[in-house]
Amino acid sequence: MELTDFFTDYTLRTITLGTAILGAICGMLGSFAVLRKQSLLGDAISHAALPGIALAFLITGAKETNMLLIGALVSGLIGTFWINGIVKRTRLKSDTALGLILSLFFGFGMLLLTFIQKMPNANQAGLDKYLFGQAATLMEKDVWLMAIVTGISLLVLLLFWKELKLLLFDADYTKTLGFNVRFLDILITTFIVLAIVLGLQTVGVVLMSAMLLAPAAAARQWTNSLGTMIILAAIFGAFSGVFGTAISASQNNLSTGPVIVLVASALVIVSFIFSPKRGLLFREIRFRKNRRELHLKKTLTFMYHIAANHENISHPHAIRILNNFQGFTRKTLTTLEEQEFIQIEGNQWAMTKKGFNEAETMFNQLGQEND
Amino acid sequence: MITEHKPPAVQIDDLTVAYNYKPVLWDIDLVIPEGVLMAIVGPNGAGKSTLIKAILGIIQPLAGSVQIFGKPYKKQVGKVAYVPQKGSVDWDFPTTALDVVMMGTYGSLGWIKRPGQKEKKASLEALDKVGMLAFKNRQISQLSGGQQQRIFLARALVQNASIYLMDEPFQGVDATTEKAIINILKELRKEGKTLIVVHHDLQTVPEYFDWVTFLNVKGIASGPVKDIFNDDNLTKTYGINYKVAVNQ
Repeated sequence: MELTDFFTDYTLRTITLGTAILGAICGMLGSFAVLRKQSLLGDAISHAALPGIALAFLITGAKETNMLLIGALVSGLIGTFWINGIVKRTRLKSDTALGLILSLFFGFGMLLLTFIQKMPNANQAGLDKYLFGQAATLMEKDVWLMAIVTGISLLVLLLFWKELKLLLFDADYTKTLGFNVRFLDILITTFIVLAIVLGLQTVGVVLMSAMLLAPAAAARQWTNSLGTMIILAAIFGAFSGVFGTAISASQNNLSTGPVIVLVASALVIVSFIFSPKRGLLFREIRFRKNRRELHLKKTLTFMYHIAANHENISHPHAIRILNNFQGFTRKTLTTLEEQEFIQIEGNQWAMTKKGFNEAETMFNQLGQEND
Repeated sequence: MITEHKPPAVQIDDLTVAYNYKPVLWDIDLVIPEGVLMAIVGPNGAGKSTLIKAILGIIQPLAGSVQIFGKPYKKQVGKVAYVPQKGSVDWDFPTTALDVVMMGTYGSLGWIKRPGQKEKKASLEALDKVGMLAFKNRQISQLSGGQQQRIFLARALVQNASIYLMDEPFQGVDATTEKAIINILKELRKEGKTLIVVHHDLQTVPEYFDWVTFLNVKGIASGPVKDIFNDDNLTKTYGINYKVAVNQ
């Protein structure tokens, strides 16, 4: 498939648009899940949606997407409230509750799927696409639905921005200010469930949580502002959708959902390594730079103590007398000379006025930083 | 002092709180008059934090009632400010010091309305008061423990409340910060505010506070420091034979 097909092919355009919108809404709402430390909730919800899809099919007897998604929504919400109920009413921790509900609902869903497949009815084929998703089945009306839900959730986020931010940071405090924490909690959870349900058709039950978490985790690396993080997460999500769809369309037999998830994961890896403030690479660079500077500072301090004993601070001394001090190398001396802290002549070094001042203020600065 | 006409800042009647089956607070009766700087002292697990959370309505009591100036908390939300333990939140949250302090204005703004210039100005003033103005744009994870505590204090200050409830504001802060915080608390009391502080360092109780409540699941004693802060009450609260060095 050629690149131009990308813009002319109607089906492909629909799918691309769908996965882009899906990526955006998942990134946006996934940020909330990540910051609330409910990353695994997405996984539990998406698995919990499976029996809802199967039951909706059994009840209506038709494979109408919207009906199936309503089934998924209801069963996803039930799963979520059961998880919250277990955490609140028993002594079990949330990871246990998540695990329990996830396997219980998924197991039940698989049971129903097997049952449906054995039914004497030709209509049942294709329900299992909800397991791993099948972006090719996206139709224009599905994309419209995604766009509308995304629009509504964006509106809700903007409207309750202040309250939601407060809830994310400090739920108890939110309560003491008189806000209805339960309402906010149900609001944000409902939209997370909605986003998951919308993604089931494209990405599937099993991989859905990655769509929710990967863009948010990647975005967190690049910014220290909540607003920027959510916007970035939406962009990352949309990019994964578009790019993933393009890759899978360019090859035969590459299913779209997993490729999208892989692209999103690649973004996470790149962010973990290359982000300037939190990334592994720059952290290592900073660490080495600090260590080098510490060598310089140690040597300079040592010189300072020698120079301070003389009336003329620029009195030359033999390099040899630095020998009993571990921190210095030829390179250190050259660097110090380059910074005009010392002058070297033959086998002797002399401190400059600049170097003396630098060493003198170094301790003061250290003291201030520790304050 | 307390007159018949004006209800006390906080009145607690028959308050019982339990987590699962274990009672954490048992039948507490407590009257906190307006304008005191009060320490809540007691051993670990005495229910000090729980008492504060019960006053604030964060946790639901099994029985009993809490009245703020004679009315339930829900009707008095704007009059009470809360300084939680600084360990209760994730400081890696993507936001700045100023932004956290601004959160203190959200309550008076109510639903949906966003903070504007007025709220920003008040927040900057509060930051200045706790000596943190220079750090206003600092990412909160880059602050030291003492600085984080000051940010929480500033967030409560900006609420401009009548009653301040603080959960261990001196925990893990150095002597300089402790002095700075207590000076602000004393200033607030001068303005007629009521301050209720969970406190661990018994040595400093007489120096910092004028009112004290001894708590160990049950209420042991509550009153002016000069009258009731003695070995007898300390022994009743902490169980062991307690000698206070500070009285000498």
